[in-house]
Amino acid sequence: MLTVLILVPLVGALVIPFLPAATARSIAIGVSAGTLGLGVAAATMYDVGSGMQLEEKVSWIESFGVHYALGVDGLGILMVLLTVVITPVVMLAGWHEGEEAPRSYYAWMLALEALSLAVFCATDVFLFYVVFEATLIPAYFLVGGFGKEGRGAAASKFLMFQLAGGLVLLASVIGLYVVSSQQGEPSYLLEDLQDLDISTGAGRWLFVGFFVAFAIKAPLFPVHTWLADTTEKATPGVSVMLVCVLDKIGTFGMLRFCLGIFPEASQWATPVVVTLAVISIIYGALVAIAQDDVLRLIGLTSLSHFGFITLGIFVFSTQGSSGAILYMVNHGIGTAALFLVAGYLISRRGTTLISEMGGLEKATPVLAGLMLVAGLATLGLPGLSPFVSEFLVLLAAFDYAWWVGAFAVTGIVLAAIYVLWMYQRIFTGPGHEIAGAADGHGHAGHDGAGASSGSTATAVRSKVETIPDATPREILAVAPLMVALVLFGFFPQPLLDVSNPYAEQLLQQQVGVQDDAPEVPPADDAETGE
Amino acid sequence: MDFIKPTIEYVELLPLFIVFGVAALGVVVEAFVARERRHVVQVSLAAAGVVGAFAATVVVGLDLDKTGSGRGLVGAEGSVVVDGPSVYLWGLILIFALGGVALFAERRLEAGVPAFAGQAAALPGSEGEREASTKGLAHTEVYPLVMFAVGGMMLFPASGDLLTMFVALEVLSLPLYLLCGLARRRRLLSQEAALKYFLLGAFSSGFFLYGVALVYGYAGSMSFGAIHTSVVNGSDNRTLLLLGIAMLSVGLLFKVGAVPFQAWTPDVYQGAPTAVTAFMSAATKIAAFGAILRLYYVAFGADRWDWQPMMWVIAILTMLVGAVLACVQTDVKRMLAYSSIAHTGFLLTGVLGVQAASELADSQITSLQAVLFYLTVYGFATVGAFAVVTLVRDANGEAPSFVRWTGLGKRSPVVAGVFSLFLLSMAGIPLTSGFIGKWAVFTVAMSSGAWPVVLVAIASSIIAVYFYVRYIRLMFFTDPDPDDEVASVTTPSLFTSVTIAVCAVVTVVLGVVPGPVLDLAAQVGDFIR
Repeated sequence: MLTVLILVPLVGALVIPFLPAATARSIAIGVSAGTLGLGVAAATMYDVGSGMQLEEKVSWIESFGVHYALGVDGLGILMVLLTVVITPVVMLAGWHEGEEAPRSYYAWMLALEALSLAVFCATDVFLFYVVFEATLIPAYFLVGGFGKEGRGAAASKFLMFQLAGGLVLLASVIGLYVVSSQQGEPSYLLEDLQDLDISTGAGRWLFVGFFVAFAIKAPLFPVHTWLADTTEKATPGVSVMLVCVLDKIGTFGMLRFCLGIFPEASQWATPVVVTLAVISIIYGALVAIAQDDVLRLIGLTSLSHFGFITLGIFVFSTQGSSGAILYMVNHGIGTAALFLVAGYLISRRGTTLISEMGGLEKATPVLAGLMLVAGLATLGLPGLSPFVSEFLVLLAAFDYAWWVGAFAVTGIVLAAIYVLWMYQRIFTGPGHEIAGAADGHGHAGHDGAGASSGSTATAVRSKVETIPDATPREILAVAPLMVALVLFGFFPQPLLDVSNPYAEQLLQQQVGVQDDAPEVPPADDAETGE
Repeated sequence: MDFIKPTIEYVELLPLFIVFGVAALGVVVEAFVARERRHVVQVSLAAAGVVGAFAATVVVGLDLDKTGSGRGLVGAEGSVVVDGPSVYLWGLILIFALGGVALFAERRLEAGVPAFAGQAAALPGSEGEREASTKGLAHTEVYPLVMFAVGGMMLFPASGDLLTMFVALEVLSLPLYLLCGLARRRRLLSQEAALKYFLLGAFSSGFFLYGVALVYGYAGSMSFGAIHTSVVNGSDNRTLLLLGIAMLSVGLLFKVGAVPFQAWTPDVYQGAPTAVTAFMSAATKIAAFGAILRLYYVAFGADRWDWQPMMWVIAILTMLVGAVLACVQTDVKRMLAYSSIAHTGFLLTGVLGVQAASELADSQITSLQAVLFYLTVYGFATVGAFAVVTLVRDANGEAPSFVRWTGLGKRSPVVAGVFSLFLLSMAGIPLTSGFIGKWAVFTVAMSSGAWPVVLVAIASSIIAVYFYVRYIRLMFFTDPDPDDEVASVTTPSLFTSVTIAVCAVVTVVLGVVPGPVLDLAAQVGDFIR
């Protein structure tokens, strides 16, 4: 089942380069829709609360003790669903993104989807490492091939950071082999490694390798600098794939491998990790406030969000872990919506700079509404899904230490500032001169765009008012995300039902922490977002 | 005085006889066949020789467990060892020899003439050179030369005593010195490369010979088995042994291009005809590492604690110097040369990961297995990469300068894509064979406790990724400066295309299903004495 799920987009990616360019887009969307169907089918076959499921296991490289082993648990199935939903949405929303070379764009997109799915399904550390690194190749070509000016440098920076993390991880993966072969037959299967008796010293070193790689991936504070550059230069759709799907591998890996294989070392490292997480929350938000480039801004908000997720993971309570898992899903949905709506705006205005937008609300009320919902979700407004997860993480943080919770709460206040101020600058106030449509961003060709507009306010206003509102295709693309934001805001129970048993099992059996599962927070005091 | 007739195991040594026989036959062909037919005859002869020798190698390999002690035999009066590693390396060298012959035979790229000088004796820029070039002369001596080199390379890792090893070293080196100087274009550069290679190579051979003498002084014998016995029994004169090991190491490390004996590598790789570079970089490295493995594991295995620290230092230096200097190159052949130095370092990391069988778990990967696998994948990636370099040309022939490659991905996506594949494999990205190779050598080094070397290896890999990725970016994401002339891809004949295709396919396949080759490398067992 899982193999088929991975193979469908992979085969799509391999076939598309040989098809006529005109059909690439429709075939790619069809393939990703098919993958979505398979993902949903897998989810229906998933039985909540009984550990690793849909397992497959074939010996792959015998002399390394490596298996081709797949399986999903509560965490895995949520990430798989997130991936299969986001990919078609991105392709539909980023209709014009790959126009220069549609075949390679859609082939790389599908390859990225396939490899990400493989990452979330892998239950063999070696297999995980292989696909973890392999995702970088499509990501590199997507960032480098389709962004705006300066994308080559951004792509290289992205790749260098990720590969550096990957090689540090390689050292730890090799270390695991050595430890495992000292205790008999070498094996990379997760189930074998979890039972491995790793000495304290070795465990800590190996943990550090894993954690550094995942911290770069997620990203966390000192190693986040690739994030803003990459999201700024890449197209919005590619940024969604990177931030909402690929970066989840970081926090996914922390839960699955750091906590799963090195419970002792994870607890040992908690003070440092929690500090880094809190710094990321506050620093990411502060830096985001100061951004003028809307894509950069959204990228940096994610730094703040990943701080929250990491915090939830490393406070070692079921509430925190379950909240973090929920947060991963919700952040994926919310940030994807933000990026995509921002992408719509950029394609209309021909600029990514907030200071050059303004006064768009009248011309594009629908876009403004979409942006507001996505923005309010990002700042954690009750009634929208990210609130639930943020609430759980904060509860757990206060449980851990009151001052950690207090610092983390400021992140929410700062989030309100960056979201609302961004909204204000883009949609309200007087309109700005419209920069040339071809300037900077890839797709030209929107009417209404011309560099020669007059400088008086009236002339500008008339220009701004000619900007078309969202098209049905654009609305359709983000509609699933919006529905999910509201739906899971009021009924988070389905998600919690999946994440709770996983978190309990992980913490009680692997880490050895006892506490109660979180209840659904009262949703009745919630207000609707829009 | 009685003369005892030596026993020669003709069947087991057949691959060697075929290669040397064909090489000698090539010389005869050169003398007796008419010039216009020589090319076809020489190419077919060399190809047939390599294929025949490969077939014989396979037969020997399959019968190995019925040979001698069950794992091979020490033949030709103790001078040649036919065991698992020998046979594996023979096969490998012959595969790349076939690739080399195919690249040598390419004539379409230069519009009907090979990439070798029309008349090597004519001075560059002289009347004689112009005459040779208008007549369309071509050296077909390269085929017998390459066959001699292949023979030397096969003998090198299979030698059973130091003297045979020295002879093999010379037999493989001399033809290579010559081949390096035979480029058709940029002849002065090529001749300079040949001269440098020859002078430094001769010097390092001198060191090697001196080491042979010192070790003989210590052990009283040339044969590896006897040296091993002396080392185990521990006689006096350990100074002789240590000095001998050091001298022998100089000779061998020179051949693999390890720091501090790497200085010739970039110049020679750049100046030599690219087809020769492709063959030489893969096959010489395989042969020389085979010899290093045999010498250190068989003769000096018991003295591991003395040479391992030296290997640590050399491996660390080699990786760092190779990776760092590759970052500042502006010529793709020089970049690949420095990258090959870095790979030498990675291979040495595998060599120093040697452990006694008792220290290893069942089915745990051994150092020999890791190094053999790495040599295999590195060979395919490097032959493929240099073969691609021969295709990218401008009006002056090959265009190895970085500027000329700018934006190649837009003009020829397939060629640039294949080149990127080779670079990614050398960088060790998963799903290419280079990753599995790296994983294997790092693992054996880590198992043997050499974690500082592994950490440096990982740091160097990060540096190496930088220059590989920069090149991919140059090809795909950089638009050429309108003032600069750019190179384009010339369509090659089947010889080169098939070679590149095979290398690319192997690079991907060994990245996804490395199992069979790893198992083969595991089955070769161990060296015999």
